Amino acid sequence: MTSYFKTAAFAALSTVASPAFAQEAMSLDQRVNEAFASATGPFVSLIFAPFPGTSFPWIVMWLVIAATIFTLYFGFVQFRFFGHSIGLVKGDYSDPNDAGEVSHFQALATALSGTVGLGNIAGVAVAVGIGGPGATFWMILAGLLGMASKFTECTLGVKYRNEYPDGTVSGGPMYYISKGFDELGLPGGKILAILFSVFCILGALGGGNMFQANQAHAQITQITGEYPGWITGIIFAAVVFAVIVGGIKSIAKVTEKVVPFMGIMYVGAALVILLVNFDMIGWAFGQIFAGAFTGLGVAGGFVGALIQGFKRAAFSNEAGVGSAAIAHSAVKTKEPITEGFVSLLEPLIDTVVICTMTALVIIISQQLIVDEATGNYMLNEAGSAIATVDGNSGVALTSAAFASGISWFPFVLAIAVVLFAFSTMISWSYYGLKAWTYLFGEGKTTELVFKIIFCVFIVIGAAASLGPVIDFSDAAIFAMAVVNIFCLYFLMKLVKKELTSYSERLASGEIKKFTH
Amino acid sequence: MSTKLVIGLDGQSSGERALEFGAQLAEQIGSCELLVVYVIEWSPYSFQTAEENAQRHKRREEEISTARERVVDPAIAQLEKQGLSVTGMVRHGDVADTLNAVAKADGAAQIVIARSTDKSLSKRIFGSSTATLVMEASVPVTVVS
Repeated sequence: MTSYFKTAAFAALSTVASPAFAQEAMSLDQRVNEAFASATGPFVSLIFAPFPGTSFPWIVMWLVIAATIFTLYFGFVQFRFFGHSIGLVKGDYSDPNDAGEVSHFQALATALSGTVGLGNIAGVAVAVGIGGPGATFWMILAGLLGMASKFTECTLGVKYRNEYPDGTVSGGPMYYISKGFDELGLPGGKILAILFSVFCILGALGGGNMFQANQAHAQITQITGEYPGWITGIIFAAVVFAVIVGGIKSIAKVTEKVVPFMGIMYVGAALVILLVNFDMIGWAFGQIFAGAFTGLGVAGGFVGALIQGFKRAAFSNEAGVGSAAIAHSAVKTKEPITEGFVSLLEPLIDTVVICTMTALVIIISQQLIVDEATGNYMLNEAGSAIATVDGNSGVALTSAAFASGISWFPFVLAIAVVLFAFSTMISWSYYGLKAWTYLFGEGKTTELVFKIIFCVFIVIGAAASLGPVIDFSDAAIFAMAVVNIFCLYFLMKLVKKELTSYSERLASGEIKKFTH
Repeated sequence: MSTKLVIGLDGQSSGERALEFGAQLAEQIGSCELLVVYVIEWSPYSFQTAEENAQRHKRREEEISTARERVVDPAIAQLEKQGLSVTGMVRHGDVADTLNAVAKADGAAQIVIARSTDKSLSKRIFGSSTATLVMEASVPVTVVS
């Protein structure tokens, strides 16, 4: 686990800051890094322990098996109700009298702004850089299966949310675990909800915060040259503080408007590159299929490709993690299951569309070096990843791949990465806050304490080196999935009941479109 | 059967002109019911943060009550003082679409609206709500200058 990202991203960055200043500052960064790595090591090892005798982390199977079970249990709900999901997002089934409430589209867009980001840019490059083009196949498969996990958790998120007398709502796994277990007469719901909340706070501080700050800093230094991470950390922390504590909504509003635009621009740029290289798309898919089952020479063979694909898909779309259930629970609907249908589009957009676009651009740009004699990919000196044209990995690899088609795109990508990081932080600050208030109660002081802790971790994230940050981020987010999926197995029958009732009413015409 | 007129308010002087004209029209018609409508511009396709979503229901209620208090209720009081039969409503949505939908649903004979005074760039490019309503309304529209 450590090695796959230790090779990643920004290893080749040059140091241009003043030596004395840099040395003093780097030593502070190093101290932060060492303290952080030793504190989180045991937790990381537990989450990413491989199956005995293999290098396959059990947590990856945990997520994929769950997604497969939900897919089968709900009779391939992601395909059967796909058209209905689109209708719901378009507002075909929304009561005009509810105008002004949170729409299905808004809940989906908010959840997507928390998931679309670095996973789609840096994560895919790491997956393809280590697992080869074949990783893309497994990533798409995991994305398609993950749609059923999202459906399950988001339906429960709306069904068991708390609606307060002042009209505000709080929802998420902690609420459906405790209320759902009570409803089924099962013991331990409260304890599991508390455990989930603890992991959610760690996930918010890790993947939703430190990883973002770390990668944003790395991306900025690519343009400005090397300088201490804590400086970026403090700037980011100040801006996030202004938004989440100071209530300066204008910053968040600008970001929320620019981020979707950036996402569309990113997909647009990828489409342009794919259209220009139209004749190579068939070849690229050939590489994806061949690599999926043979590995095409990558480290670990086809199992290596599978692990990378599954792992990056899970990290990117967060299906089964439970975070989306918090974001989706604010929607206005009388039918909780409708939000489940809408949420299943999330892994589709995030993983099947955007991640695949990134992977195709990397493959088509031929940044990965192929051994002409065997047709297999060549490994780098360490033997841990595929050798690339300029030795790039992570964001730098994606950047180089896009630059081969559109020379100025790396600058846009740099801005996109920083904005994606910022919007993901804002989203996760909310997810973490909901878990925090579940544990310690709602109230201005308790909320402020969490928000300050969140901002402190931004500085730590930007200052620490990538390896320990990635390890902790992945581990914390996957720990949420351990508790969430365990509970979903017990609660899925409640979703099945909703699905059966809704399907019957939809078929009988009781649930019908509103004429707008 | 009395005639029903929908009057679109915008909380500004232009809305007051529409109100004045609508009242004159109602007096000339005789048996006439007035429906004053204030539309809060809202799109279900806008982007919001998770926190804004969580508070949306509360905000919506606050927006409706503020609009009622400051715009709709004073308009109703003014028209009632003139002895006219009047009801009011506050809606969220696209101004032109919503006024048209309300008029259609209530079987209104006409919509009275004032010319927009908004000269912002977006209005110059995309056109004002008044212009959109005139083009798309399914009942006659009177635009007060």
